[in-house]
Amino acid sequence: MAEKTRAHELAERQREISVSEFFAKNRHLLGFDSPKKALMMAVKEAVDNSLDATVEAKVLPDIYVELQQVGEERFKVIVEDNGPGIIKKQVPNIFGKLLYGSKFHVLKQSMGQQGIGISAVLLYGQLTTGKGMHITSRISDKYPTNYFEVQMNTQKNEPVIAQEKIVEWNKSHGTRIEVELKGSYQKGRQSVDEYIKQIALINPHAKITYKTPDKQTIVYVRGVEQLPIEPKEIKPHPYGVELGVLIRMLQSTHSSTLAGFLQNDFSRISSQLSQQICTEAKLSPRAKPATIARDEAEALFNIIQKTKIIAPPTDCLSPIDEDALIKGLKKEVDAEFYCATTRPPSVYRGNPFSIQVGICYGGSLDKEESIRLMRFANRVPLLYQQGACAINEAILDIDWKSYGLNQSRGNLPSGPAVVVVHMASVWVPFTSESKEAIAHYDEIIKEIKLALQYCGRQLASYIRKNVKAREQRDRVNLFERYIPELANSLSLLSGEKKDVIEKNLNEVLEKGMKGLMAEIHEDENSEIKGKNVEFAEKQITLDEIN
Amino acid sequence: MTKKDVKNALNEFGLDLVNQLKKKKNPSFNVPTRTLSNVFFDEKSKTLKLGKKESARTFFNIGQAKKFLQTVEVAAVTKNLIDIDKNSSLRDVYYQVKRTIPGTKIELVEEQTETDKAIEDLEVITGFSREQLHVSANKNGSVAGNVVIEDKGDVIDWGKLGSGGWSIPSIVEAIQFKKVKADYVLYMEKAAVWERLHEDRFWAKNNCIIMSSQGQTTRGIRRLLQRLADEHKLPIYVLTDYDPWGFYIYSVVKYGSIALAHASERLTIPSVRFLGITAEDIEKYDLKKHFIKLKDTDIARIKQVSQYDWFKDNQAWQNQFKKMKQFGAKAEIQALSSRGISFISEKYLPEKIKKKDFLD
Repeated sequence: MAEKTRAHELAERQREISVSEFFAKNRHLLGFDSPKKALMMAVKEAVDNSLDATVEAKVLPDIYVELQQVGEERFKVIVEDNGPGIIKKQVPNIFGKLLYGSKFHVLKQSMGQQGIGISAVLLYGQLTTGKGMHITSRISDKYPTNYFEVQMNTQKNEPVIAQEKIVEWNKSHGTRIEVELKGSYQKGRQSVDEYIKQIALINPHAKITYKTPDKQTIVYVRGVEQLPIEPKEIKPHPYGVELGVLIRMLQSTHSSTLAGFLQNDFSRISSQLSQQICTEAKLSPRAKPATIARDEAEALFNIIQKTKIIAPPTDCLSPIDEDALIKGLKKEVDAEFYCATTRPPSVYRGNPFSIQVGICYGGSLDKEESIRLMRFANRVPLLYQQGACAINEAILDIDWKSYGLNQSRGNLPSGPAVVVVHMASVWVPFTSESKEAIAHYDEIIKEIKLALQYCGRQLASYIRKNVKAREQRDRVNLFERYIPELANSLSLLSGEKKDVIEKNLNEVLEKGMKGLMAEIHEDENSEIKGKNVEFAEKQITLDEIN
Repeated sequence: MTKKDVKNALNEFGLDLVNQLKKKKNPSFNVPTRTLSNVFFDEKSKTLKLGKKESARTFFNIGQAKKFLQTVEVAAVTKNLIDIDKNSSLRDVYYQVKRTIPGTKIELVEEQTETDKAIEDLEVITGFSREQLHVSANKNGSVAGNVVIEDKGDVIDWGKLGSGGWSIPSIVEAIQFKKVKADYVLYMEKAAVWERLHEDRFWAKNNCIIMSSQGQTTRGIRRLLQRLADEHKLPIYVLTDYDPWGFYIYSVVKYGSIALAHASERLTIPSVRFLGITAEDIEKYDLKKHFIKLKDTDIARIKQVSQYDWFKDNQAWQNQFKKMKQFGAKAEIQALSSRGISFISEKYLPEKIKKKDFLD
């Protein structure tokens, strides 16, 4: 027998790493990089699921979120919804098995996409506290309420049921989860508080009750009473499918012929077109899909890319309508001007998408700071990695000065404004698994810019009409305040009576009010010139010089 | 020029504005621009002079209203000072004008520099100096020497004032020189160096006057130097650090400054000479080991100063700027102390003065 080689030794150590184990070691890939972010992610995944489930069941969402601090860096997260509930045998798989979900295999606009979300929360909780997730769910008042404690076997990616019983619940349907995890609660732009505020803004049909770790209860009421249109499922468009996916689809299709596969498993391929593609790829239309070799699949892939295929149907999307977006903004942002727009659907790489933009301006918003940008994808707030996001690039690409905001090169515009950008798509192209930034596709950036520019024009017109007029009133008001001061000192200087001077000043002001605006810019030059005189380090103070 | 003339000038400034108002005009006055672009070097008098550029200041103009008001306020304050025959410091004027405008959150003046500027404006508007407007700066600088003066009835001997010397007031117009026994005046930018020389009785041993400021040269010092040069024909020698800021101190004393170009006549002394520290001193006295690396601001300043009209064609000075850039370094006067604590008073200065080793 041959001597045992180094390769043999290594082979003994090499073994399949389960997906769960991989994620356990690479938790940052799913967004659980820090305790602060982990807490936000746990709430996010659970709330996203609740919103998806309620809309699917055509129920107006009523969601309860509670954070309890149970240790120095340990929190209990509770999320409860009035959704359709989960049937008993599915509960362990949905929560205790990664990549188990209904969403990955079909294309449909939804908050979750990969089926990683909630089970990743369970896994993270288990890794950091050793405890599983507690799930209470009921599908109707005709059924009992099931209660589970689920853990995960990370090597096998299998759920482990630690406890299971029937309990009493005052809800007729819905799901409640409780999970303990290592976390850190902070306020600010990337906090749970902010996430819930933004999710309430972008989902004005949802009522959300939030109890903070400080035991404060915040209720986000509904802005609209209608559910958004439920997005439809569509088959993938041929342009959007990568070679690897095409090969996988060939292996798992139910169609018995290649032509049938193309026609049935994709959108927008007619029987005539499927024949044409097969012919051009030099493949038999009657070939069994599972027998197509790799290089044949590649030929097929290349032909598909070259073939002219009409764009996918876009009625599958559920964009936020302008009215709902404005109502969402009005209830969460105290401003004086609101506008919103929804772009008609467009397509990137075979995936339909639509952009909505809302802008609010003035009111209590800070005049000196950068504008507040809120990014959303399929009704989910994106709180991290703003700089890497296509939305950010689109905003920086626009000259906001022409829309009445200030902007210095390469920065977000500044002014009292909140800008909301939402992308609805059957497949949002994120830059990473943690789903924080939208990838930079030209088609997407172009649509975002068009929507921003549309709202920008409305904003500019509002600022022109109202803000400038008010500024002018402020100016006149300011002069009125200066007049008595000037009259007083001028009287001392000239010997003329104070009230005579004051009367004359008021008359000149009245007469000149119309001409005021023209003069405003004049002075800037002399101001700048004045700064040319340079003394530097050695000067004592200006008064002492020379 | 009498006190009455000054008062009349201020009064006329006010009356002109009132007359504009009575004609229903937006009140406005012109101020000569006091920036480099409106300052030129007059070859004949060898001083900086103000050009003809003026900018209008208008009350009903949102960007100018506050400055307009500040100027008129300051004018009223100075008129009152003259009426009651009191002097006020720049700081006092600032506090007399400073207040919140009723009904707003606006401060009429935020920083003292704003009232200081307004006073400079008034100087050019009325043609009278700050001192004539009864406004003084803080006193700054010391002097010692074999000199006796009379100031407001007090007779003062500059040689008998202990270790501090006589502090130079901001207004030196009224001083009378009773006795001046000196061959030259040595003016330096560092008070610490002055103290060294005073302790060594440098002025007595070398029959001279020693004078210092702390940094920039104040108006009081410049006027005092000018009077000693004009009235007693004393040569003035300037001693500064070896850096562009030091060179500029010399430049201000000799030619005038941009901000006070309107007052050049009363303040500049074309006959002053630069004693040191020069690039040659650095080499001769082996000061390189006390070099301080030039910062970006220093390099920018060298470029700026070397391009001023009055230095541009001066070969000796261009040479200094060039050398400094080559060294990439500057040095303080105190670097001389490395050769011994009294090296400066016993060796460096006597040697330089004896050899007339000056830059013009």
